[in-house]
Amino acid sequence: MNKRPGLASMAAIYRREVLSYLTTPTAYVFVAVFLFAIGLFTFQIGGFFESRRADLTAFFSFHPWIFMVFLPAVAMRLWAEETRSGALELLLTLPSPTWALVLGKFLAAWTIAGVALMLTMPLWVTVNVLGSPDNAAIFTAYLASLLMAGAYIAIGSAMSALTPAQVVAFVLSVMISFLLTALGLPLVLDFFSDLIGGGMAAGVARFSILHHFDAAQRGVVEFRSVFYFLTLIALCLGFTTLSVDARRGG
Amino acid sequence: MAFSPEPTYERRSLSNGVCFHMLLQVDGVRKTFGRRAAVDGIGFSLDVGEIVGFLGPNGAGKTTTMRMIAGYLEPDEGVAKIFNIDVARERRRAQERGGYLPEGNPLYGEMTPWTFLRFVAETRGMSREAARHAVRRAAQDARLGETIDQPIETLSKGFRRRVGLAAALLHDPMLLILDEPTDGLDPNQRHAVRELIKRLGEERGLIISTHSLEEVEAVCTRAIVIDRGRIVADKTPDALRDEHGTLERAFTALTRGEERA
Repeated sequence: MNKRPGLASMAAIYRREVLSYLTTPTAYVFVAVFLFAIGLFTFQIGGFFESRRADLTAFFSFHPWIFMVFLPAVAMRLWAEETRSGALELLLTLPSPTWALVLGKFLAAWTIAGVALMLTMPLWVTVNVLGSPDNAAIFTAYLASLLMAGAYIAIGSAMSALTPAQVVAFVLSVMISFLLTALGLPLVLDFFSDLIGGGMAAGVARFSILHHFDAAQRGVVEFRSVFYFLTLIALCLGFTTLSVDARRGG
Repeated sequence: MAFSPEPTYERRSLSNGVCFHMLLQVDGVRKTFGRRAAVDGIGFSLDVGEIVGFLGPNGAGKTTTMRMIAGYLEPDEGVAKIFNIDVARERRRAQERGGYLPEGNPLYGEMTPWTFLRFVAETRGMSREAARHAVRRAAQDARLGETIDQPIETLSKGFRRRVGLAAALLHDPMLLILDEPTDGLDPNQRHAVRELIKRLGEERGLIISTHSLEEVEAVCTRAIVIDRGRIVADKTPDALRDEHGTLERAFTALTRGEERA
C-alpha cells in the first residue's frame, strides 16, 4: 500500500480519464471545433491581419467566449456519465477520498484544455515571423487563459456532479459561465448601474471572469487575478466533492 | 487459491486460530428514501467460510443493504462493521477489507480487463508493481484467460461478470459482497461463476444476492430472506426446505413483495 493513498488514487483517476478522452472521438472533435472556432474568430472577426500589428490581442480576446461553450462540453461527462452508467458506485466503493476522485477528473479535463491551447501556438510563431511581439506578454496571456480554462472546467465539473444528464450539465454550465463572464461587460454593467448604482455595479464587475482576464491579456500578471481564478476553481471543486459525497446520504 | 505475499492482520490472526472480531456485523441498519423505508432494521453477522444468500422480492432492500455494507450508502440508523470497523465512520479502512460487485456490474467498456483492473488496483492505492501482481492474480482467480487484452465492451456477459468479480478480488479481501453475480448469464456461464463463488467462499465470507433459489441450494451455506426491509428468515437452505417443503414455497410463504403488498 502506498503512503499517500489519496494521491495514488488521484493519479490513477487522472490517467484513466485522460486515456478515456483519448480513446473516444469526443475529445478530438471538441479540440478540432475549438481550433476552428478560435481561428475563425481571430482572423475573420478579430481582423488579425487587418490590424497590422504583431500581437495576439485579437486572438486572446475571444478566449472567454469560446471557452464558455467549449469547456462545459469537455467537462459535462466527468460525473454525469459515471452516474448514468452506474460506474459511480464502483468508484465510491473504492477506499479513496472523494476529493482525490474530483481532483483527478478535473485535472484530466484541464489537461485536454491545455492541449487545445498548446495547439494554437503556431499562431504565436506566426506573429514572431511577421514582427516582433512582446513575447513575455503573450506568455502571460497564455497562462492566464489556462487558468481561466481551469475555472470554466471546474464550473462544468460541479454541474456535471449535479445531474446524470450530460446535456443538462452542459446547459447549466454554459449559463453560469456566461453570467460569471459577462458581469464585466458594459451591457450588463449598465444594467446593474441603473439598478444598484454605479459604485455597486463596479464592485460586481470585479467578480467577473472578463475583468480578471482583461488585465492578464495585456500582459499584466496580477496576483489578484491569479487568486481569483484559483479561488473559483477551489470553490467549484469543493462543491463537486460535497455533491458527490451527498450521494452516500441517499 | 493464491495469497497475497503479505498476510493481512486479520488473516494472520485467523491462521493462529484466534479471531478477534467477526468478519461482518450488521446491527439494526435502516435506510429511508423519501418516506419509504427501503431497509427497516436489518441485523446479522457473518463469519469466514460462510456464503450467505440474500433472497427476497425486488425492492425488498437487498441491494440497499449491500450498498451500506460496501460504503456506497450511509445508513440512517444502525451500523455495519467489517472486522469491527464502522463502515460509515471509517469508510476507507472498512472498504480496504471488503470487495464489492455492484448490481448490474458497471464497467468501463472502452477499457480492456487489464487496463481496467490496473486502474481499480491503483485507485485502491497500490503501487504500480503491486497492482501488476494483484491484477495477474485476480485475473487468474477469475479465469479471465485470453480476454485480458480485449475491450470490455466486446466481451460476452459471462466474461464481463468475471471482470467485475476480478475487480472485487483484487486486494484479496476477506469479505466479498456480490450483488446478483449470476444475473442474466446463460446456464454455462452461471455454472462457472457459481464454481468460482464456491471456491472463493472456502476462506472468505461471502454475501450474494440472487433471485435463483436453485443457486441458494447450490452454493449458499445460509439463506437470509428479506421482505420489505426486514429479515424474515435466517437459516440454512436445508432448514428452510425442511420447514416449507421446497425453497420456492418458503419464499412465497415468507415474502409478500410488491405483488401482494
